[in-house]
Amino acid sequence: MNQPAIVDVSGNKETTTLNLGPTHPATHGVFQNVLEMDGERIVSGVSTIGYIHRAFEKIAEHRPFYQITPLTDRMNYCSSPINNFGWHMTVEKMLGIQMPKRVDYMRVIIMELARISDHLICNGILGVDTGAYSGFLYLMEQREHIYEIYEEICGARLTTNIGRIGGFERDFNDIAFAKIKKFIKDFPPVLREFETLFDRNRIFMDRTVGVAPVTPEVALSYSWTGPILRATGVDYDVRVAEPYSSYEEFDFDIPVGTTGDVYDRYILRNEEMWQSLRIIEQALAKVEKEPKGVFHANVPDFYLPPKEEVYNNMEALIYHFKIVMGEIETPKTELYHCVEGANGELGFYLINDGGRTPYRLHFRRPSFINYQMYAPMSRGMLLSDAIINMSSLNVIAGELDA
Amino acid sequence: MSDIKIVEAPPGIEGSGFFATSFDKVIGLARANSLWPLPFATSCCGIEFMATMGNHYDISRFGSERPSFSPRQADMLLVMGTIAKKMGPVLRQVYIQMAEPRWVIAVGACATSGGIFDTYSVLQGIDEIIPVDVYVPGCPPRPEAYLDGLLKLQDLVKNEPLRRRHSPEYKELLNKYGIQ
Amino acid sequence: MAKISNQTVLQKLGAHFGEKISVPSEPYGMLTFEVTKESIIDVLSFLKNDPELKFNFLTDITAVHYPGQPLSIAVVYHVHSMTNGVRSRIKVYLDEANPTIPTATVLWDGANWMERETYDFFGVQFEGHPNLVRILNVDDMTVFPMRKEFPLEDPNRVDKKDFYFGR
Repeated sequence: MNQPAIVDVSGNKETTTLNLGPTHPATHGVFQNVLEMDGERIVSGVSTIGYIHRAFEKIAEHRPFYQITPLTDRMNYCSSPINNFGWHMTVEKMLGIQMPKRVDYMRVIIMELARISDHLICNGILGVDTGAYSGFLYLMEQREHIYEIYEEICGARLTTNIGRIGGFERDFNDIAFAKIKKFIKDFPPVLREFETLFDRNRIFMDRTVGVAPVTPEVALSYSWTGPILRATGVDYDVRVAEPYSSYEEFDFDIPVGTTGDVYDRYILRNEEMWQSLRIIEQALAKVEKEPKGVFHANVPDFYLPPKEEVYNNMEALIYHFKIVMGEIETPKTELYHCVEGANGELGFYLINDGGRTPYRLHFRRPSFINYQMYAPMSRGMLLSDAIINMSSLNVIAGELDA
Repeated sequence: MSDIKIVEAPPGIEGSGFFATSFDKVIGLARANSLWPLPFATSCCGIEFMATMGNHYDISRFGSERPSFSPRQADMLLVMGTIAKKMGPVLRQVYIQMAEPRWVIAVGACATSGGIFDTYSVLQGIDEIIPVDVYVPGCPPRPEAYLDGLLKLQDLVKNEPLRRRHSPEYKELLNKYGIQ
Repeated sequence: MAKISNQTVLQKLGAHFGEKISVPSEPYGMLTFEVTKESIIDVLSFLKNDPELKFNFLTDITAVHYPGQPLSIAVVYHVHSMTNGVRSRIKVYLDEANPTIPTATVLWDGANWMERETYDFFGVQFEGHPNLVRILNVDDMTVFPMRKEFPLEDPNRVDKKDFYFGR
């Protein structure tokens, strides 16, 4: 039978070759690592990626700006809204659109909810990998509530395509606000219970404390960003370093770790969820002070007019046509814009030649850059430690392979 | 006490101490209600499968309690997410490793047709390399759609003749895909 | 937020490298300039190790293809000085027929995969790279798919022929 050989078994050697992935259940995605094992210990490893390479950057060169949002959904699909808004803000920065404050705050609410849902999955799965399934079930229930909020706002659960260039497609309705308020009331007890289950749990600590520690120098050399960089003690967070979407108006802390091990990353993600809750509370209070009903900037050149106007109003029809056909004027320029994704600095490098589509769009995908250290850092580690190390890196396959 | 539902027995002849029905139906019933899934999750649809497995939607209610990560002990292959051309041979190998009878559900637009990724690197539907029984549309499908797909497959399994896997038609189907 | 201005960075670079730093501009506030491939590692190393500038973080490496230009492949580096809160973009234009450039892995370990990705997509040869092989695409691919002449869709597809659609 003509089957592809994944592992080369020729030659005599004293170590064992272990092929971990690409569909191994403990890897949560399609990562292949061919490990040389000496007993339980990893001698060396080679990561192979690209198993769901979908050519995002090539597609982006063939799609108008507003059609790129669905692509960004499918990068880090655990926190799609951050990707969506990151892309919208890149285009808005290029066009020089000033957003109303209310939209900024609404975006902040959704982005922080997305951050919570992403960290929920990561920490829940970390629990599963260390042998505790129950925490995962508690957290998944809460994630459903976040998805219900998304659904109320944009109709989708996972790949949200939320918002448009220039604002939101519609205002949050009362049910959405009620659900957000209910969530920030109901979620803290669950998170606290989850922390009580894990934080000082002997088994969990034995499995995670001191596993895969990383020094700040090494982390910076490998261009790490996000929670795993902060766990090493570097207080770099794009929300504070280069505030976007009015983050400078919020009062929140950037938790940092000390050793950069798996336990630090776990604690840090939990603490970030608490900080996200703080931000959401402040944002809700700020939204209420803003004039009601403002959900997009007044930019008819880039923001689609409502359908009833398109059918009854010549001017709206012209705008609609121009936007959909991509005949709007855009500057010939290049820019880099980044947001703090759930995994780190999510950057968009956009080169525009004034045409209908970007000339070149490059995504700085934190998972891709964070994951390259996985094989080198696994050296000398036990296999079981390497597994939980991978789940605490929170590498998302869609973002890894683009 | 919770309200436990039991599947209805197939039509047959019942008397005191015995129940007679056809072998096909009993085995179909047993197979359909204990389909062990092999989640071949590559991307977004896999995250929604997590939700389907989780407590809110709970795929266990339909007899798929145990996700089987070993192809040998799995009955249905749930292909969830984009299958790139690099992944194609791996998927095919997993399918070959599964024991008969085996069923395949293509979940989501990517597994069904390549979805929005009409590019040089993506396989335009897994039915180019392995036979598929049920397609679930959506990008990603809602968990309800996963369950609906499972129920559709259960219907297929229930009504599958016992000798189908030995029939020349089935062998021809596999040969078409180059699987012996 | 920035503690030093783009002008300071540019002046220091100019004092050290003179004419080698060309076409400086500031689109959307990010200092952008071009260097040649001979001096790129010196410039990056100066930016990284200068005690005042401290561009300690390599954000990204990518490339752009401009068919029709004499030097048609631009390798783009984004570096970031976290302590000073300032970013810079450095471009190196290469010849499409022979795109070679020294590797930045000597300065940052993280450059490894970024350069592999750039090689995979554009065919840029990073000299001295420890393992310059394809990373995302299949190993037996012969073209560099992000170059503009390469089509987005698979050219071998059989289900998109015109006669299926009555054309």
